[in-house]
Amino acid sequence: MQPQSLELSGIGKGFGADDVLKSIDLSIRPGEFLSLVGMSGCGKSTLLRIIAGLETPDRGSVSIGSKDVTDVDPSERNLAMVFQSYALYPHMTVRENIATPLRMRRLSFAARLPLIGRMIGDAGTLREIAALVEEAAETLQIGHLLDRKPAQLSGGQRQRVALARALVRSPSAFLMDEPLSNLDAKLRAHMREELTGLHRRLGATFIYVTHDQLEAMTMSDRIALMSEGGIEQLGTPDELYQQPATLTVARFIGTPTINLVPVEIATSGRISAYGHELDLEAKVQAAGQNAQPATLGIRAEDLYPAPDGLAVRILRSETYGADRFVTCHLDSDQSVRLVMRQHAGDTLPTGSGDTLRLRFAEQRAHLFGADEKRIEVCARARVAA
Amino acid sequence: MAALRKYLPHLVLALGCVPMLLPFYWMLLTSIRSPSEIFNVSLWPIPEHFDAVTNYGRAAAQVPMARFMLNGVIVCVGILVVQVLTAVPAAYALAKLRFPARRLMMTLIIAALCVPMQALALPLFVGLAKANLLNTYFAMMAPFFLSVFAIFLFHQSFRSYPEEVIEAARMDGFSEMEICWRLVLRGSLPSLAAFAVFSLVAHWNDLYWPMIVVTDTNLAPPPLGMLFFSDVESGANYGALMAGAAIITTPMVICFLFARKHFIAGITMTGVK
Repeated sequence: MQPQSLELSGIGKGFGADDVLKSIDLSIRPGEFLSLVGMSGCGKSTLLRIIAGLETPDRGSVSIGSKDVTDVDPSERNLAMVFQSYALYPHMTVRENIATPLRMRRLSFAARLPLIGRMIGDAGTLREIAALVEEAAETLQIGHLLDRKPAQLSGGQRQRVALARALVRSPSAFLMDEPLSNLDAKLRAHMREELTGLHRRLGATFIYVTHDQLEAMTMSDRIALMSEGGIEQLGTPDELYQQPATLTVARFIGTPTINLVPVEIATSGRISAYGHELDLEAKVQAAGQNAQPATLGIRAEDLYPAPDGLAVRILRSETYGADRFVTCHLDSDQSVRLVMRQHAGDTLPTGSGDTLRLRFAEQRAHLFGADEKRIEVCARARVAA
Repeated sequence: MAALRKYLPHLVLALGCVPMLLPFYWMLLTSIRSPSEIFNVSLWPIPEHFDAVTNYGRAAAQVPMARFMLNGVIVCVGILVVQVLTAVPAAYALAKLRFPARRLMMTLIIAALCVPMQALALPLFVGLAKANLLNTYFAMMAPFFLSVFAIFLFHQSFRSYPEEVIEAARMDGFSEMEICWRLVLRGSLPSLAAFAVFSLVAHWNDLYWPMIVVTDTNLAPPPLGMLFFSDVESGANYGALMAGAAIITTPMVICFLFARKHFIAGITMTGVK
């Protein structure tokens, strides 16, 4: 099966009075690994379920390839879904689980019946199904588990069975709803690798829902970051990290969370924090006569100690092998926390309670206006003091 | 002390068993005693005259016991099959599908649970009489075909079936009926076993309704048959009567023993007593 493109236009969905999704437009390229990320309740799972056909949108349409499937039954869309709980059929063996999507498609109703089916089933088709099941099991290295029941498998093994059940029918696209969230951290990292490997091998379209930005960042070709029923930003992982379009995106992407400092944009475009002028200028002039409040986002790795920086007090310092994260608060405003990332080898006069002066890499700072939208900035040439 | 703590619950439960089992013990005892000993209050298990053969022989020979048992089987199985066929899809729809008035329907089902059979007996009897259906198997079965208790019990157990498995099945191409019968009911076999025991016991032992709609001895289920039997014997031969009672109780005991494990899992799982 050729990988297919998917096209969502104007998708809206409400439950009761709440609008869970408000007019979503999204086109997914054939063979792409696209992640839908966001906090829980942002509508990402609902969107996936609308693509799958398990939920009907109130407005808008879904197309697969060039075919409008908005009113098509889930089973007719030829999509495979991997659920968070894996959703294996509990009373069937692994072999039967993997064979089920094929049996449902290729056998008549009578041939699927438990006892009679064996007698009237077409032997050729059954052999074909058995061969495809073996092949899928081989791909996911679960050949030795085929005769077990799901209850006898570990989480990681169930995950593989769910994947095998999805890929056995060669769907036009794979839909995955937080498939790794029930695994322990180590296995999750391993399965991440396997999933990207599988995506490369199959060349199929993957739509992957997760609340874990790390999963989205490491696996996706593109990420659609969702918030409050809309798509906040759509782009490659690098774009989202380096050019966050809104404050929500900046906050969501990256570990540790981006540092946010309240600043003001003067009418001249110059930016100051706590009365302290920064070497930054907004490209857009602030409207009106008064200075506008804004937020400056600084990544942990863009902070560094410098004698002429802002005064901060160190709260704690945590070492993660290669990196060290130093948490401090501004001397001038204790409610503003900053996290600085350092190489563990860097020497630093640290200790809880010590004071320090910090600067940041201006060209990599992100400025967001009062409406939380990104404002482009440029670094001003530093004037020698 | 530890031993006491370990065995005390068993002791208490064993004491509780005594009043439960005493009537059955008495029935068995009477069924092997000779007429002269019937009114002896002794509980000693070995009678002076061992009359089991006479009593059981008489119970089996004087009345068409096999016929009564067959009637019982036909009525009970007929009721159970139709109850399951109707209650399972209804419970599945109520538990797992979204449609208008679902809550209202559920309320009506709970309300219907509160209506006793006796309240409906007269209109049902008149209806069956007008339709010329008295003295038929159908008349004995029809009022029980739709069991709100079954709908309620299955609803409770279906509710816990994982939603995602149902959705996976929809994507794999299962029809709703196939999901209902092949997946959801399959996952609730203990409830099915529990309900089967409830239903079989209730209708095997039912005397009230067959007595109203059936006067033909050939159609009598076991309890009604026993009643005819005691009339024939003018109530004098308790030994044979109890032998007959023991015979008709046996299938139920066997049925329960087979389904015991599932039955207990079924009622503890769904929280129905």
